[in-house]
Amino acid sequence: MSEPEQTPGRQLLQGNEAVVHGALAAGCRFFAGYPITPASEIAEHLSVLLPAVDGTFIQMEDEIASIGAVIGASLAGVKAMTATSGPGFSLMQENLGFACVAEVPCVIVNVMRGGPSTGLPTSPAQGDVQMARWGTHGDHPIVVLAVSSVLDSFSITVKAFNISEKYRVPVILLSDEVVAHTREAVRLPGRDEVKVMDRIRPSMPPDWYRPYEGDNRGVPPMAAFGDGYRHHVTGLIHDEHGYPTQNRKEIEGFHERMAGKIRRGFADIQMTRGFHTRDAEVLVIAYGSVARSALRAVEEARRQGMRAGLLQLITLFPFPRATVTPLLKQCRAVLVPEMNMGQISREVQRVNQCDCRVVKHNRVDGEFITPMEITRVLLKL
Amino acid sequence: MKQQDGWERYEIRFSGSGGQGLITAAVVFAEAVGVYDGRYVCQTQSYGPEARGGKSKAEVVVSDHPIDYPKALELDLLLAMNQAACDAYFYDLKKNGILVVDSTLVEQFPTSRVIAIPFTGIARDEIGRVLVANMVALGAIGLLSGQVNLDNLEKALLARVPKGTEEMNRDALRRGIEEAGKIDLDQLPRSVMNEDEEEYP
Amino acid sequence: MVIPAQTLRHTFLRHNKKFPHVWCPGCGNGIIMAALLRAIYRLDVSKDDIVLASGIGCSGRMPTYLDFNTLHTTHGRALTFATGVKLARPSLNVVAIMGDGDATAIGGNHFIHAARRNLNLTAIIINNSIYGMTGGQYSPTTPFGARSTTSVYGHIEHDFSIAELAVTAGASFVARATVYHAELMDRLIEQAIRKRGFAVVEVISNCHVQYGRRNNLGGAVEMIRRFKEQAVHVDRAEKMSAEELRGKITIGVLTDRELPISTEEYKKVRERARAARGGKV
Repeated sequence: MSEPEQTPGRQLLQGNEAVVHGALAAGCRFFAGYPITPASEIAEHLSVLLPAVDGTFIQMEDEIASIGAVIGASLAGVKAMTATSGPGFSLMQENLGFACVAEVPCVIVNVMRGGPSTGLPTSPAQGDVQMARWGTHGDHPIVVLAVSSVLDSFSITVKAFNISEKYRVPVILLSDEVVAHTREAVRLPGRDEVKVMDRIRPSMPPDWYRPYEGDNRGVPPMAAFGDGYRHHVTGLIHDEHGYPTQNRKEIEGFHERMAGKIRRGFADIQMTRGFHTRDAEVLVIAYGSVARSALRAVEEARRQGMRAGLLQLITLFPFPRATVTPLLKQCRAVLVPEMNMGQISREVQRVNQCDCRVVKHNRVDGEFITPMEITRVLLKL
Repeated sequence: MKQQDGWERYEIRFSGSGGQGLITAAVVFAEAVGVYDGRYVCQTQSYGPEARGGKSKAEVVVSDHPIDYPKALELDLLLAMNQAACDAYFYDLKKNGILVVDSTLVEQFPTSRVIAIPFTGIARDEIGRVLVANMVALGAIGLLSGQVNLDNLEKALLARVPKGTEEMNRDALRRGIEEAGKIDLDQLPRSVMNEDEEEYP
Repeated sequence: MVIPAQTLRHTFLRHNKKFPHVWCPGCGNGIIMAALLRAIYRLDVSKDDIVLASGIGCSGRMPTYLDFNTLHTTHGRALTFATGVKLARPSLNVVAIMGDGDATAIGGNHFIHAARRNLNLTAIIINNSIYGMTGGQYSPTTPFGARSTTSVYGHIEHDFSIAELAVTAGASFVARATVYHAELMDRLIEQAIRKRGFAVVEVISNCHVQYGRRNNLGGAVEMIRRFKEQAVHVDRAEKMSAEELRGKITIGVLTDRELPISTEEYKKVRERARAARGGKV
């Protein structure tokens, strides 16, 4: 299988294009999707590039089918992804749960637009954050990442695949209309600069293979269909052999291992970026495109003499409390600007163990939050 | 307090009606600055229904430092290729910003600090295709903004346009640069506002 | 060739799976499973190269018992997962086994598009005219007037023919059998798996527990005997009038045609893409 070549040097790319290059660099060789604004460019570019590297692109009849095909491809041993926006992401929730329970690595990109329902198809929003975590029914492990720039769209997509492979967990990559369509001149890392991780394959003889017996991290080695390790994959709660079970102990063990594998990997999975946080008295917590407005607002507040800082969240779930909680202890107030009614601010409040004041700043009118409006609120804190 | 690194930026908005090729012009400008000149650049544009017909806009933010907020905040340069865009976006200009209008299509100027060049007229009468009015404008903006190496702008343009149209587009670009070269920026009024308004912003 | 049941059991059943299975005594699913195994036995393909995918319902449990690469997906979605498996690893033989509600109600969209797309896949649809596992609610193949737990006053909608739907949607191969015609069924399934293109076998089956009982059709034996009486082979059916065919079940191969297969066509797309991009991405 030929590897994709990165064009050396700088290029002008949209966020959606950078996601495509990140996916290819991470080893993604399968995409199934359905057209939707503002995510369609991802499908369009992959339809051109995947077949050139012996990969496969298919446009399915809907988003339910898209994620179904992605799961099937991943079970057959190929790294796979899909990309969509709110309405399509809603349709994917059922099979997303299957991917969680059957521990099928895959990456789902959700380029967020204004919701609910058909909402505001061409406007930026961040309204799918809690849905990305809790959208599918039942308790389940999942990882949610957010990108804020074209370069992020490349490198965090690589990370998304790596986490997905390493922990056998679906990873939701949240982009938004601003990041997706902004063009920036970037130099993408070359092949040798990109660290790629692949799922652990079983090394034992097929007779010994227990497809759902976790290793010391709680993650079972994964055989591909056709590798000689015939096994059963089901959305039913299953035992170590993959067979449905009603045994109370086995059910409990299943849930414990599911939650445990993410808990043990927490330090590895949580990613944040701090700007001026060391001496900050007032903190802004932001993610996605809003983090860019927030950075400018924090710089402006500093110009005006306020010791402000920014914590940009890249990992939204599992919520990076190990970084957030100490900063809440350090700061007298924290501002959480979001293009929703307050979906991460409730997480901040949840991990707030001191009397740090948590202030929301929300916008759901389809407009991108500006630095000025953040500065205005910030300077009052 | 000293200005923070990354604060200085130059913001351009290309505006007019859908179909005038403003996004293409903005993308070529961004490519020249970002890929060829090697500076930081963010290019954004209006999407959806508002991008068709009436008012279409595309923006380029240029800086020598990483760019945080990717859209324009206060314009250094506004290109207006029709009256509606000129009227709607004029107030986003900095007071010492530059307003560049297509005088073939814009009849009423909101300020006397204006550079009026008949881009569409030049494209139609001299190049022979109305279609390349955007490239005439791009050439003028390349020169007037002072933000891009003009050789690189031409390289970026030739790399983007369809095969067989290179010569026409290059001529259009060069004509725009030439026309803008006749403008003496120092002769313009110093602000887009009149003095009364300046006192009460 | 008669294949001893013991050979099938020892070759294909999962010995470490705790039987008994979940199906009711007399259920047609066992007959269909055995027919599938006879077909696969004759195909002489390694068990490692077979993927059996199912949806939700009584039919959905079949893969659990069988020693292949097995995939028990979500309700109606078996063909979508199967599509991904097949595209990612075209050397695998992928068979989807579904029920009538599974394949043509909740999965109806996937079914017609899988047929239109014409991947090299096999779909076996067990049609027992009812949702059995959930307690006997009406399905897209429940006949007009029939009684179910959600049509106790008589069903007011019309059923459709799964096989004819598959023909119209563009499947390469479409066949029908009933659980009475076990030997015909395994030959049809074998043909379907060998067929290059999307192949559908509809099997008319009995759910005497949820359907027969509510519609005075008797037990398993009576229902299966009725299938025998209703069945008309396609060769004979072609000479019969619509009036004569009312209440009959046409069995045999309904369509067998050569169409471009998208798995094969995609190889050409790859060649074009490589040529267009000169190895660069």
